[in-house]
Amino acid sequence: MRAYIPSYQLVTPPSLGEALDVLAADGGVWRPFAGGTDLMVLLEAGKLPHKNYLNIWNLKELRGIEVTAQHVTLGALTTYTEVQQEKVLQEEFPMLCQAASETGGLAIQNRGTLGGNIVNASPAADSPPALLTYDAELELISLGGARWVAYHGFHTGYKQMIIRPDELLTRIRLPRSADKLQHYYRKVGTRKAQAISKVCFAGTAQVRDGKIEDLRIALGSIAPVPLRCVKTEDALRGSELNQPAIAQARAVLANEIVPIDDIRSTSNYRHQVSLNLLEDFLRQLSA
Amino acid sequence: MSASPNHPIGKSVPRKEGRKKVTGQALYVDDISFAEMIYGVTVRSSVPRGRITNISFAGDTPWDEFTIVTAKDIRDIGGENYVALILNDQPYLADEVVNHAEEAIVLLAHPNKYLLEEARRNVRIEYEELPAILTLEDSVDKKEIIWGEDNVFKTFLVDKGNVDEAWTNADLIVEGEYFTGAQEQLYIENNGVIAIANEHDGVTVWGSMQCPYYVHKALIKLFALPEDKVRVIQTETGGGFGGKEEYPSIIAGHAALLSLKCGKPVKIIYDRAEDMVATTKRHPSRTRHKTAVTKDGKLVAMDIEFVIDGGAYCTLSPVVLSRGTIHAAGPYFSPNVRIRSSAVATNIPPHGAFRGFGAPQGIFALERHLDKVAKAVGLTPDEFRRRNFIQQGETTATSQIIREKVDMAGLLDRAFELTGYHEKRQRFAKENEQSRVKKGIGFATFMHGAGFTGSGEVYLASVVGAEATSEGRVKILAASTEIGQGTNTIFAQIASEALGVDSDLIEVAQPDTANVPNSGPTVASRTCMVVGKLVESAVLALKQTLVGSGLLREDYSQSEFQEACRTHIEKFGPLKTFSTYQAPPNIHWNDEKYQGDAYGAYAWAVYVAEVSVDSLTYEAQVEDFVALQEVGRVINPVLATGQIEGGVAQGIGFTLFENVVWQNGRMANNQMTNYIMPTPADIPPIRVYFEENPYAYGPGGAKGIGELPMDGPAPAILNAIENATGVSFDHVPLMPEAIMENLTNVLHGITL
Repeated sequence: MRAYIPSYQLVTPPSLGEALDVLAADGGVWRPFAGGTDLMVLLEAGKLPHKNYLNIWNLKELRGIEVTAQHVTLGALTTYTEVQQEKVLQEEFPMLCQAASETGGLAIQNRGTLGGNIVNASPAADSPPALLTYDAELELISLGGARWVAYHGFHTGYKQMIIRPDELLTRIRLPRSADKLQHYYRKVGTRKAQAISKVCFAGTAQVRDGKIEDLRIALGSIAPVPLRCVKTEDALRGSELNQPAIAQARAVLANEIVPIDDIRSTSNYRHQVSLNLLEDFLRQLSA
Repeated sequence: MSASPNHPIGKSVPRKEGRKKVTGQALYVDDISFAEMIYGVTVRSSVPRGRITNISFAGDTPWDEFTIVTAKDIRDIGGENYVALILNDQPYLADEVVNHAEEAIVLLAHPNKYLLEEARRNVRIEYEELPAILTLEDSVDKKEIIWGEDNVFKTFLVDKGNVDEAWTNADLIVEGEYFTGAQEQLYIENNGVIAIANEHDGVTVWGSMQCPYYVHKALIKLFALPEDKVRVIQTETGGGFGGKEEYPSIIAGHAALLSLKCGKPVKIIYDRAEDMVATTKRHPSRTRHKTAVTKDGKLVAMDIEFVIDGGAYCTLSPVVLSRGTIHAAGPYFSPNVRIRSSAVATNIPPHGAFRGFGAPQGIFALERHLDKVAKAVGLTPDEFRRRNFIQQGETTATSQIIREKVDMAGLLDRAFELTGYHEKRQRFAKENEQSRVKKGIGFATFMHGAGFTGSGEVYLASVVGAEATSEGRVKILAASTEIGQGTNTIFAQIASEALGVDSDLIEVAQPDTANVPNSGPTVASRTCMVVGKLVESAVLALKQTLVGSGLLREDYSQSEFQEACRTHIEKFGPLKTFSTYQAPPNIHWNDEKYQGDAYGAYAWAVYVAEVSVDSLTYEAQVEDFVALQEVGRVINPVLATGQIEGGVAQGIGFTLFENVVWQNGRMANNQMTNYIMPTPADIPPIRVYFEENPYAYGPGGAKGIGELPMDGPAPAILNAIENATGVSFDHVPLMPEAIMENLTNVLHGITL
């Protein structure tokens, strides 16, 4: 343990109201600490610069999965294990379950939360591409009240988000669709399990009579933020599902992404694999 | 010979210390504590090469509470500031200059671990930076002279026949160049020690290590003490793989320096980040081959240039180079062989011992190259090798006559039968045309010498003792360490077989330089074959003593043996016998010409890998692996199989996953999140088979096996990848990114 533990503080408010009081009191001094699966790694390495944390693990208000006719709403503290076990998610949002099953090992899945995965804001996180394609919305609460925002657009730059320091992410809402969607999720990690993504692809589509009526595409580990590929979507929406359309889509995506080099992979690799996965996604769509 | 109740050799006797390990009773060094013990940490260089201009102790750290040690303290105690090993060029603490990033400069000790880490961050070291050499190529090209006169630690020349004259007799000459990367040992337990040092008692060290007497030798010099004032005790050790061969001498010296200065026991335990960034790794290598063959595929000449990157100090590089050099020409007969090899200096942390010790590097190059030669001459990889396998009575590159029976062709037949090699070769070629996932199968044929190279064992003159107790038990006294590979268990089996008593009656003493003789380091696949043989002869001498004294008949029962021990000790006092290494007959080695009997015995092997390469993601997956080897006699099938499985898994990591990312001479991915070792999901079923051909000078006929499985996976897998994709790759680790760069042209548009 390289951190100097006495310099850190962790407070545990008994209720959501008191948690919001703490966040409001000294804007930005206290930051939420949920499952800790990212923060504890940094702490161990002596690389956790922020010192004051608000332990939200015990807040009941942030737990539970609610299903209505229009939405599936997940408490921000829903763990990856709980995501995988939820029947409605398995049936209607299978990519979210797959992302959860491919995140870390069992211990991480028992402790890591969906809300934490969002606000930790790693561009390599596994659930954001699925959340982006499912048009997720986020509930942000402060003493001033609650607001719902679209997840698409939530990340504004590397580790930058539209959440204010006095706000807490409390719930994630997924709109249910009456239409039958086709889903394609593929995480390309540094190995088969317990890996960080080099490229993570999520796509959904609705195809009727050989024509792409609608589709959504998102990529992880490609940009400073989890990326919804709207230009590629626009190019494909309404088009026939055939080889020229696929070639055209590859060309559009090639211009839409500018991946980076880092210690896990190269820009060239991320670029090429993203295009290959797009093509594979489109080819696997049944007309 | 007495009647052995159960003949334990060849049986899977349970691991001696297994119960303690699985129940958590085994004490590793970090489980051990002493009264008043405090903790130590190391402050390291942040530049690859430079002159230290200032060291300051900053921040709000209460520095007067800290014990601080620098190179000056070593001068003050009259010690030698070098790690005694081969060339003695590596300082314990950098003095004025640093030659690699993460070189130790300052040591700190304090009772509070957390304050210690804060203090470590508050030591400020300033440098005048000097130009550094960060790659093997730049060192060879002498872009800067950073070590000695020419950046070269050591060279060897093996010269058999006349290579220069042979080129004219060849129908075909094939050249190739091959590279291997660094690899981290990744033992489960990081490096750690506890030291107690004071002027009265000298220095005592407990720690995780492979070679207590290496540490002993180094500490004697560091503290300028007589032998009996330095005591080194191995604690339960969670893996080594060579990574705890030479490095423990450094961390032990550091802890002891702190302890001497503060007068308290000092514990230093590295965390994973420090262990990965600062300690030794496998030597990166470059091998160039120029091979002459006749049109019917007979080897005429092999000209091999083998270079390894030793890092900033010599450490064990000459010995690694030696083994790599001798293995570079493989299990083939060629009338003319020249191997020119060198170990060169770079400004990166010294590379060191790692399972295989230079052999995997050279064997990778050769086994890739021979597939290329086969192709050029128009033969299949197997047919080409069959025409050149070494036969009994023929000579190796060092002109060693192979006297033992060897049947590489027979091993190849069996390995192909076990894998369906020929059928798959045909089927995959057909299926791959239509498939997004390309399959392939490839193999490597190789040998690995057991024990120290050449006259090494003679110089070592290892000693093993056997001591009878008054309860009629026998204790084996050896410095050979149990590091997870099964030393304790096989020593007990060997002694039990030789004495004809239960293996439960055999104890293996904890390696402690105050109590056990120097049986040599636990390295070089020598513990079973060489030290095991000494165990056998030491206990036989014990039995002879009992028989000779008239207390035991030649044909005895276990209880009679125990009774004889008891009586002998009552009558004559302690009963101990010792056995010293003697070379088997007909072993001759010329160290100057590097010719002769390089090793007493070789293990012979054929490894076959089946792979798939996904043309969407360029990931290669090993789908099946057969490891077939002839290792003399297998002492303990479960342990031996485990050694092979573990080695193959480590070899798969070396081949496809474990990529050390260097940034300015420093490992940038020194965490297990980003230095990728394969998980069970990345490893295929590893099918292990043994052929037995007892070796006359090994205990019960055994040869060495520890390093062997590291040699075969890399070339077998890359040969399979060439079979799958049609592209020949010349380096490991082979990451998907590199496969992509070479494959997109081949695959794009064909199969997607």
